Amino acid sequence: METTEKESKPGYLPIGAYIRILLVGAILGLVLAKSEAASWDRVHKMFRFEEAHMYLIIGLGIAVAMISMLILKKLHAVSIGGKPIAYKPKPYHKGVIIGGMIFGAGWAITGACPGPIYAQIGGGEWYALITLAGALLGMYSFALLKPRLPFRG
Amino acid sequence: MIDFIMAPWPWWFSGIIIGLIVPLLYLLSGKGFGVSTSFQEVGALCARGTGPDYLKNFDWRAGLWTLVFAGGIILGGYLANSILSREPITFLPESFHSTGGMIKLLIGGFLVGFGTRYAGGCTSGHAINGIANLNLPSLIATIFFFVGGLAVTWGLGGLLF
Repeated sequence: METTEKESKPGYLPIGAYIRILLVGAILGLVLAKSEAASWDRVHKMFRFEEAHMYLIIGLGIAVAMISMLILKKLHAVSIGGKPIAYKPKPYHKGVIIGGMIFGAGWAITGACPGPIYAQIGGGEWYALITLAGALLGMYSFALLKPRLPFRG
Repeated sequence: MIDFIMAPWPWWFSGIIIGLIVPLLYLLSGKGFGVSTSFQEVGALCARGTGPDYLKNFDWRAGLWTLVFAGGIILGGYLANSILSREPITFLPESFHSTGGMIKLLIGGFLVGFGTRYAGGCTSGHAINGIANLNLPSLIATIFFFVGGLAVTWGLGGLLF
């Protein structure tokens, strides 16, 4: 493992890491689809305050992740390959609010945040390919407009 | 056991597993949980050092893992619906399988792509990984995800749904 880590080309991860990432992704996709967190109806009922399902999933997910991170930090855990585990904080800027609202609107319309878009496609919901196409268009528009969008303050 | 697996999974099971994705991904690959960076990766991979700075300056080699992760999610969605469910999972209501529905998905998808990239993350990167690591901007982002979602649902609800 150590040697492959060193032999891998700059930028790329060792092949083993990609396989492990693929497996973790598969677990996520499985759970998103099986718990209906990738179902439009569940997301709509969340925004309508008609059921607690999604709030409970997200809330418990945050709690479990938080406790896990506290334990990892306490143990000074390192990742496979020996690098220390460190969260890279996402900075505050105006986009956190404006972009956040824009994303929320899209989430409510499509019933899918980015993870569930992929889970829907895998589940054979081919119309989600349109959601993905829209998301890539949105990403490219952001790339073009970024120099003119407000960030500071 | 088999019945549990084949039926829709309860919120507590889903919440625990989704929460464990965060430490699992750190331990197994050193990467922080986040899905929407994969959109930027697609852009950077197509641009290959050209185009807008946002794509030109993004290291697509270092970002390749986000596409592998997305591929994993697709694989998981496939397994969920093809093997591990008795009843097919409903993702989108039948009403979306129409021209009007496709327009809604395209526009909504656009907002998801634009908004997540402008905010710097989505439900995974901000709401789950960010808040779990006590990152205040992520909490603010998550609050405004819901401001946007609630505004559309309650404000334009009659028009859209």
